Amino acid sequence: MKHQKRWALFFFLTPVILWLFLLIVLPHIDLLIMSFRIENDAGEMVWSLSNYAQFFEEPIYWRTFVRTAVYSILVTFLTFVIALPVALYITKVVAPRFQGFLTLLLLLPFWVSELVRVYGWMILLRESGVINHFLIKLGILNRPVEMLYNDATMILGLIYTSMLFMIVPLIAVLESLDNSLIEAAYDLGANMWTILFKIIIPHATPGIVSGSIVVFMLTLGNYLTPNLMGGKNSLWFTEQIYNQFIASFNWNQGSAFGFLLLVLSSIVVWLGLKLTRQTLRTVVK
Amino acid sequence: MQIDLSVRNITKKFKDFIAVKSVSFDVKDGQFFSILGPSGCGKTTLLRMIAGLTEPTEGVIEIRGKSMVGIPPNKRPVNLIFQQLALFPMMNVGENIAFGLFRRGEKKTIIKKKVETILERVELSGFENKKIDQLSGGQKQRVAIARCLVLEPAVLLLDEPLGALDLKLREQMKVELKKLQAKVGTTFVYITHDQSEALVMSDFVAVMNNGEFEQIDTPQNLYNNPKTPFVAQFVGDNNTWTGRIRQCDKYIAEIETDEGHLFRTKVEDAFQTGLSVDLFLRPEAMLIQPAPNIANLNRFKVIIKSILFDGANSQLLATRPDSKKELLVALPQNRQYDYIQVNDNIEIGWNEQSGICFPRKQLP
Ligand SMILES: Nc1ncnc2c1ncn2[C@@H]1O[C@H](COP(=O)(O)OP(=O)(O)OP(=O)(O)O)[C@@H](O)[C@H]1O
Ligand SMILES: [Mg+2]
Repeated sequence: MKHQKRWALFFFLTPVILWLFLLIVLPHIDLLIMSFRIENDAGEMVWSLSNYAQFFEEPIYWRTFVRTAVYSILVTFLTFVIALPVALYITKVVAPRFQGFLTLLLLLPFWVSELVRVYGWMILLRESGVINHFLIKLGILNRPVEMLYNDATMILGLIYTSMLFMIVPLIAVLESLDNSLIEAAYDLGANMWTILFKIIIPHATPGIVSGSIVVFMLTLGNYLTPNLMGGKNSLWFTEQIYNQFIASFNWNQGSAFGFLLLVLSSIVVWLGLKLTRQTLRTVVK
Repeated sequence: MQIDLSVRNITKKFKDFIAVKSVSFDVKDGQFFSILGPSGCGKTTLLRMIAGLTEPTEGVIEIRGKSMVGIPPNKRPVNLIFQQLALFPMMNVGENIAFGLFRRGEKKTIIKKKVETILERVELSGFENKKIDQLSGGQKQRVAIARCLVLEPAVLLLDEPLGALDLKLREQMKVELKKLQAKVGTTFVYITHDQSEALVMSDFVAVMNNGEFEQIDTPQNLYNNPKTPFVAQFVGDNNTWTGRIRQCDKYIAEIETDEGHLFRTKVEDAFQTGLSVDLFLRPEAMLIQPAPNIANLNRFKVIIKSILFDGANSQLLATRPDSKKELLVALPQNRQYDYIQVNDNIEIGWNEQSGICFPRKQLP
């Protein structure tokens, strides 16, 4: 009996483990090894740290890196600030029968690919775009302005892309918040801000943290949106990696950058968890 | 005595459903006032309007003479203990109790002192740092009460706070709550669907049905002189008959029940012959084997169907030989009636002053 169970476990787990191992662990080990090897003058591959040294010696690399990290944190924070009222509205204000409908409306844009959504924004924002057209028609502008290819537009695009991944965990966690807790706080003399900071946010912390981790990682590793909406001066670190792999054919340098990004995201997530006193276990739940 | 809470013609409509219909009452300073009614009769809605969490459709609420129209819950001198208590799970016991005091911006040292004092009051000294989920049901109860009492509200509103407890604890908390109220002297408005809670604890009880108050009275009067059939039925056990007035003189009527039996009972009004009536009788009004010389009794023979032993609340279940209608008869446990066995044939009598008679409501 016990034996059978164990075999069943193996049976179902094997594909998962194989998948994890062959598609994720193995390539990463290969990349890790690659990142420590360079071609010497004689054209042979030798062990070296110079791929990593390169990153610190060339200011453009680590500046891009820091910029990407800071903007990702900013995007995560802004996404949270926008998502919280929306989630609160859907869970606590709207009549229950409209909740499903509104959630569906939120999901709808995510049925089309990110590429299409970003192009949608570009159609709206570009110099000959819809918004410019209307602003000129209304006489607010007399000359079209280029709204694409600056940091603000890029952040807007990144927030839009990751919004759903913040709202869904927030809705889930706020749904479990008993309305009577809010009413009790109100009855005991609290105003809206105290209720928000003392009752709602503490209750929602696991959802906020898990949403933030997902949004942060997605933003940090996003290539499409910064590239299309931020243009050439978006200076997103994924572009540096892309350039190394595709433009310079320097896979060793590219892997080193990739691993630096991995380490960075791990450190930020770890710091975030420490700061909010959450463990990965409660958040994943 | 000062009137702490005054409610005037309060009405609440949800779309076309009327949850509370023109309710008025006054609660004096330091009183324990209960609102008793079946589930869904609008008790919570009424209490939430007093607390300010629900806007009344019509009517005025005054607390200590001040109109509460347009005053939000966080500015009202009342506090509500919720049906599910609503303790904050993200805070410990001390923080829960201090919550309201911090909102008032009181000094930290004073808050600490007050929290200590109130915890002592509810016999939970030293529980400040416990988590909410480490408490038993009765302890949570007391923390919820302490959290409100520490703010010294003019009126404390309690929404069936004992509902979630098991029977034994409920009995115990009932007495404790009454003692606590006497000790702190705060005005309590307590709602419940449990008549024994209302009768044991209250100075005054309002019986509520379908959003309306049927009667506001002392527990004794409610039990002995119910003013409406609903009150008679809802408060205490009863035997009920339906019948018609055969004749009526000087507030003693002769009633023929639907089973064809004749009873004489006091009535409030001179009722017309032929009027349909409901007759209510407390189980303890029925005397077992009454002495032959007692006058003005309705006497009849019954067969004992079963003996419902329940300590001091023991009762006999009996029927008359010629009918199937079951009657409840109180069985005093003074050993005097130990001889009674199932299937015995005994005589029962009740005084015509004990009957409670109402004209039947014409069904619309
Ligand atoms: N927000 C609302 N919208 C519509 N109807 C409501 C609303 N709140 C309460 N009701 C209705 O009003 C009536 C009274 O509800 P209320 O909660 O006051 O009952 P209650 O006496 O407290 O009952 P219980 O003893 O079960 O707690 C119920 O029929 C309920 O369905
Ligand atoms: Mg209720």
